[in-house]
Amino acid sequence: MQTRRETLKQSAVVAGLLATAGFPQFAHAAYNKVAFDAKGVQDAIKAAGGNALVESKDVTITGPDIAENGAVVPLGAATALPGVKQMLILVEKNPAALVALFHVSDAVDANFSTRAKMGQSSDVYAVAIMSDGKALWAKKEVKVTLGGCGG
Amino acid sequence: MADPMRIRAQASGDKATVRVLMSHEMETGQRKDAAGNTVPAWYIQEVTATHNGKPVLAAEWGPAVSKNPFMQFSVKGAKAGDKIAVTWKDNKGATRTDEATVS
Repeated sequence: MQTRRETLKQSAVVAGLLATAGFPQFAHAAYNKVAFDAKGVQDAIKAAGGNALVESKDVTITGPDIAENGAVVPLGAATALPGVKQMLILVEKNPAALVALFHVSDAVDANFSTRAKMGQSSDVYAVAIMSDGKALWAKKEVKVTLGGCGG
Repeated sequence: MADPMRIRAQASGDKATVRVLMSHEMETGQRKDAAGNTVPAWYIQEVTATHNGKPVLAAEWGPAVSKNPFMQFSVKGAKAGDKIAVTWKDNKGATRTDEATVS
């Protein structure tokens, strides 16, 4: 006969096994805190590994001309160029410029969309950091009528 | 544990477009509550996606990504019936994985 205490002990062991062995582990690159703490666009790009900043027509940024709600601004970054290492989405006048950083692999297109918060009207940037360290960027102005920070 | 993600993966031609809607507060750490205390930051930092178990995408996010984040990307060579799994991890160490089948 099993006491309640033993049963509990056993289920705890099973749960522990599941937690350690149940899910595949991915090789994470360490979270790039420096880039996300950087205030300005250029600092953030540098911290992400881009050196030479070049404006490029091959990189596109998509977003609305006027965003009514700064808490949810749909932004997209895309490029058809080969050899892209990272795609960045930045908002110049946010407290920290970098919004999102995508590591591009051979298996995905360098075309990402997400939604960002914007504190005020600002230029938004899409930056493609190439394997040789070049940072190709495109920008677009987004006007915000209601800010997404504070309340 | 947070609510499940909503993942939709649709094959078109030789690739599949994946749309993910996560459920997360995404607190920036800049907001103050009614008493004037700063609400601590709580946001998703890392997002990874796998195609049939093979990692295809790793993303890092800052607190400026919207509440209940949306993300769209496309996976080359994915066809109907393939499995796409997405995992996120926030700055408090919480994590969640959900899986969808490409249609």
